[in-house]
Amino acid sequence: MSGAVDLSPRIPAARRIGAGFGGDPLLAGLVGLVLASALGLVLLQPAPYLVNMIGQLAAFAILAVSLDLVWGYLGILSLGHGLFFAIGGYVCAMHLLAHAYAVTGRAPDLMQFMGWKSLPAYWAGLTNAPYALALALGLAVAVAFAFGLASFRSRVNGVYFSIISQALVYVAMLLMFRNDTGLGGNNGMTGFDVLFGWPMSTPGIATGLAVATLVALAGVLAGARALVASPLGRRMLACRDDEARLRTLGYGTTRLKLGIWCLSAAIAALAGILYVPQVGIINPRVLSPDLSIEIAVWVAIGGMGRLSGAVIGAVAVNALKFWLSAALPEAWPFILSGLVLAVVLGLPNGLLDLATLRLRPTWLRRGGARP
Amino acid sequence: MSALVIDGLTVVFGAFRALDGLSLAVDPGEVRAVIGPNGAGKTTLLDAITGITRPKSGHIHLGDGLDLTKRSEAEIARAGVRRKFQKPSVFPALTVRENLGLGCGPGCPAATRSARLAAALSETGLEGRADVPAGALAHGEKQWLEIGMVLASEPRVILLDEPVAGLSDAETARTAEIIGTLRRPDRAILVIEHDMAFVEAVTDRVTVLHEGRTLFEGGMAQARADARVIEVFLGR
Repeated sequence: MSGAVDLSPRIPAARRIGAGFGGDPLLAGLVGLVLASALGLVLLQPAPYLVNMIGQLAAFAILAVSLDLVWGYLGILSLGHGLFFAIGGYVCAMHLLAHAYAVTGRAPDLMQFMGWKSLPAYWAGLTNAPYALALALGLAVAVAFAFGLASFRSRVNGVYFSIISQALVYVAMLLMFRNDTGLGGNNGMTGFDVLFGWPMSTPGIATGLAVATLVALAGVLAGARALVASPLGRRMLACRDDEARLRTLGYGTTRLKLGIWCLSAAIAALAGILYVPQVGIINPRVLSPDLSIEIAVWVAIGGMGRLSGAVIGAVAVNALKFWLSAALPEAWPFILSGLVLAVVLGLPNGLLDLATLRLRPTWLRRGGARP
Repeated sequence: MSALVIDGLTVVFGAFRALDGLSLAVDPGEVRAVIGPNGAGKTTLLDAITGITRPKSGHIHLGDGLDLTKRSEAEIARAGVRRKFQKPSVFPALTVRENLGLGCGPGCPAATRSARLAAALSETGLEGRADVPAGALAHGEKQWLEIGMVLASEPRVILLDEPVAGLSDAETARTAEIIGTLRRPDRAILVIEHDMAFVEAVTDRVTVLHEGRTLFEGGMAQARADARVIEVFLGR
């Protein structure tokens, strides 16, 4: 790999592994906070826009954790994770539209726009929620499996993998911009009026969705923590730091990478499933390369290779975005770029560095002992 | 019967023949050194044995007949061939104990694993450092940890790529001691090294490589006296 840019994360060995949350009090605190927020939403009934925002932030946090699993713990930087998020989102939108059509009898916009008498054949069965859930997760895993198998078997790694993953999400975006896909084309899908037979516009539904997303986030964090603290997690770190060496110890790394990659895709799809009913729309812009790069930015800003870092990064950047893209929309890209530069120069392991007060920038520390 | 047989091995990088019809047999219980000037093909030989580099022609057989040129790196390792790399290749984010645990290999039963872990810790003298992240070890300690990871799998063929490069005299002596304890009647050890005093201390026979071929094979004392060896290597 000489000559190629080294994108493998540099994580201090200080992060130790313990049983349960015992070795990671910060993460235990975060999970507690997530569950407390869920309870708070139910008890305090805050303003609907706030409920909705918390729900969306939780969905982004799940998405960030899915990327951290493969990037921070396995050294595979995907710049196309928006693809799996979009698969979850699109299938969820299809279910919501098919369900609303069945309940209200009003044809979805995309049928009227295309002049169709009925939905295309591949929409069959999507009124059934469990089938839609299985389809969303299954499709994300199938796409991840095919792409991962081709890449990992051919030992496509590092920047090459990142670039191909980016190309993949771009191709998917171009495909989704076409109206004849039967998935809304450029306009995407909206008009999700009914959820499980209930009208979508009630505050109770918004709270329910936000609580479900928070609980899912807590569950994903607990599961991911169990994974990274297990012997398999140690194998992931070994693969991240020196894959060739791990192979010469007798471990087949293709299966390891493929398994975690598919798991990560399923978690990203889950985030998309939970996100779409809360924003009320999906269109091909979730497949734009920008969003996929942004996911990596959240993780890098929060601190990759630590689950709490992914959550903190996703929540901090997106909360800032919610606020500033309304207050100062033109300045947002500059603020985000500035934030990235500040973190890269000052906090090489993300915002979590603040916890250990390593505030001297890297260029001052260079030459000194680095753990 | 030999533990490791290399037969007519040719490895080509573009127009360059790194190994050119090399043949070599190492007996069980033997410690063999492979020496030679830079570019002679020493590391390429280890890369071919461990499956990292695919030869253009030729075969590498283990004692039981398994042809390593047809196997993946992981399969070769599981067949009992382990390598210590030239630059210490330990996993910095994992502790000494976790590194040794990975060294045991996949599917190692828990009881066996803990017994081998304890043995590897005491043989490498790293008992006091078991829970230290490997990234925090000194260079010499990393070399010993890597030897420990090799040991923990109970391999039948051990490949050591410059085990004393960059070590102090005291560390070199300690490494020679550790390698002495690796020797077993059912195990073949192949060492690549530039330090001639070290080679003389740990090995039975040497193979001198030159331009991808065997120039000399025999005892170290004869090697020192061989005109061709002096010409290409020792005399310089």
